[in-house]
Amino acid sequence: MEAAQVLLGVMWVGLTLYALLGGADFGGGLWDLLAGGSRAGMPQRRLIEHSLGPVWEANHVWLIFVLVVLWTGFPPVFAAVMSTLYIPLTLAAFGIIGRGAAFAFRKSSTELWQQRLFGAAFALSSVLTPFFLGTVAGAVASGRVPPGLARGRLVGAWVNPTSMLGGVLAVAVCAYLAAVFLCDDAVRSRLPGMAEVFRRRALAVAAVTGVVALGGIGVLHADAPRLFTGLTHRALPLVLASAVLGVASIALLWLRRYLLVRGTAALAVAAVLWGWPVAQYPLMLPPAVSFRQVAAEPAVITAVLVVAGAGALLVLPSIAWLLAVQHRLPFERGSPG
Amino acid sequence: MRPALAAPLIVAAGPAGGADLAAARTQMALSLGWHIIVACLGVGMPALLLFTEWRGLRRGDDDYLRLARRWAKAVAVLFAVGAVSGTILSFEMGLLWPGLMGVYGQVIGLPFALEGIAFFLEAIFIGIYLYAWDRLSPRAHLLSGVPVMVAGVASAFFIVSANAWMNQPRGFLLQGGRVTHVSPWAAMFNPATPPQTIHMIVAAFMVSGFATASVYAVALLRGRRDRYHRLGFLVPFTVAGALAPVQILVGDYAARFLAGYQPTKLAAMEGVTRTGPHAPLSVGGIFVDGRLRYALEIPNGLSLLVGYSPDTVVQGLDRTPPADRPPVTPVHLCFDTMVGIGVLLVLLAAWLAFGWWRRREIPRSRLFLWPAAASGVLAVVAVEAGWVVTELGRQPWVVYVRLRTADAVNPAPNLWAGLLLLVAVYTVLTVSTVYVLRLMVRARPVAAPQERETA
Repeated sequence: MEAAQVLLGVMWVGLTLYALLGGADFGGGLWDLLAGGSRAGMPQRRLIEHSLGPVWEANHVWLIFVLVVLWTGFPPVFAAVMSTLYIPLTLAAFGIIGRGAAFAFRKSSTELWQQRLFGAAFALSSVLTPFFLGTVAGAVASGRVPPGLARGRLVGAWVNPTSMLGGVLAVAVCAYLAAVFLCDDAVRSRLPGMAEVFRRRALAVAAVTGVVALGGIGVLHADAPRLFTGLTHRALPLVLASAVLGVASIALLWLRRYLLVRGTAALAVAAVLWGWPVAQYPLMLPPAVSFRQVAAEPAVITAVLVVAGAGALLVLPSIAWLLAVQHRLPFERGSPG
Repeated sequence: MRPALAAPLIVAAGPAGGADLAAARTQMALSLGWHIIVACLGVGMPALLLFTEWRGLRRGDDDYLRLARRWAKAVAVLFAVGAVSGTILSFEMGLLWPGLMGVYGQVIGLPFALEGIAFFLEAIFIGIYLYAWDRLSPRAHLLSGVPVMVAGVASAFFIVSANAWMNQPRGFLLQGGRVTHVSPWAAMFNPATPPQTIHMIVAAFMVSGFATASVYAVALLRGRRDRYHRLGFLVPFTVAGALAPVQILVGDYAARFLAGYQPTKLAAMEGVTRTGPHAPLSVGGIFVDGRLRYALEIPNGLSLLVGYSPDTVVQGLDRTPPADRPPVTPVHLCFDTMVGIGVLLVLLAAWLAFGWWRRREIPRSRLFLWPAAASGVLAVVAVEAGWVVTELGRQPWVVYVRLRTADAVNPAPNLWAGLLLLVAVYTVLTVSTVYVLRLMVRARPVAAPQERETA
């Protein structure tokens, strides 16, 4: 196995973790938006806040990790994607600012109108950011990002059927993950009523995601035939696994097995995410650019892998401690703000 | 002593559109300039915070512990906005400068990867530190803050070493527009890394110390001279004040480094036109028609500083082709601003030291307290001016003598639209950040982002 392949895998692990952890945080923002009026929605918002509280900044670092690995390991791909897709990526970047800052500020603000304002900014950017990141994924996957600087169509590259599918699917997946995770969090916080609310939502959004994914097959067939072929041939086991896990998740939600569904839902999303690169391997920028053509020199890749390995030894136990601390301290109802 | 100048010049065909290039540079400058302030506080404040908490715990001193709690809230807000304003920068590296990243991304990726790890640890431990204050034993809590402090300083080192590489690009060969023989460690530990990283880390601690002390200087001016407010002023001001003279020495080292490695930048900083001995030290003035006018000149000053002798030859702008010279007036005036503020901060620190030695108290004079209350803003201005010197002084290169800024910019049209959006977003961000920080200094502060609501 070549070093560049290993680095691709490491980058994709980072992307998967960002999609699962950061994605659930974005989904939390979406549910925050739909939680209802200022007073009626307060308990839900507080549970969401509790779930995100100490972890969102750490979750968010995975995105930086992916960006850095991409520009270090495969610099021409980074340059091509960022320059051609600078419109959706700029909007996603501002969404990241809006979400992070507004979430932090809302917690610290005291007046209702401020909480509403920051809350709206937090919720809205939680929807827009995954949408734009999804359009970027669609643009790359459908072969609309050529190598070179800003060589692709600046609007058409991300305003097209596959990109829209990517955007909608990203938002749906975030909402689904968040609803599933919040079911479990609500039960842990001894809020069975709240768990029921999020269970109904998780079931609904699971159905929506399934429909979007099924319809997406048709979209890809028409708009991105190469990707379609890859997904129905080499990546077929992953696509099927995702479908099976998705159905299993719905069944487990029905049975209220929230801890198990946490696992199956995450795996279903991960299977889709891994289906994409498997479908287009060894291409990074379809239809022509293979990862070998753009990989950094072996010395660079080795150095990054060593750093990532050493980093994992430091970071993973630390995350485990953070999660242990968070889970040891349950949500407290009725506490003054 | 000019290895970089001997390297082949890589000049691409056409320059990018002027307005879009200016927009990209302004956008980068604004978002970097904004992040630097927050980042400085993120590097320096944890140390102040931990020292104060440690003292409070050791002596069972409630005033120290109250200060630590208060500062922790500010750190929490600053970390949250620093996390997002830093993320934007990693986007902008590609959105604005794909010509730099597409070619050199692999050369300077390593320090960013290391910084990613450091930032990760910082984010995790700041979560633990703030979230679990009353739930961990005092000792475990104090220890959970140590990684935050170490990772903050490490981050500053990694990021500034990447910038140092842009001044002293090493660790690669260029063959036909592609880099080969990349040695990422040699790139990271380039000659500019020691002077730049030391200068910046010291600056970060000075900004943190003076900015924190400023808040309490305002309180002292309003007559709140109880022990809590006196300590809130003394602890950070002592740290920053002790570093102020050290920073003058580090700055001198950094400037002498430039004389050897980036003489054009030094010539712009001092407005030196002609190469030769007896170069004066110029204060103020503007650069018109190829020469510095209206400046206060200290004869032989620059030659003495660079080589300890008036006969030291200082390279002027005349050795650099006109197309390769940075804009002199802003670089020179920003340099003077930075040095001027540095000297003023040393004088303030000396005043406090004198007052403490004679009377064991903070000087009551408004002549001391007013500038002390402004010292935080002044330190920030000095840092910003210093970065303008570093960045503008390197122009027209983004990678010194290797890649022009105009050739690195994204060739896509309408980059100015992104700038307008950025100005709008950052205006809101600035107003909200200041507003929320002000809530934190109230008598009954509100909850910080990572804290538990009941805390």
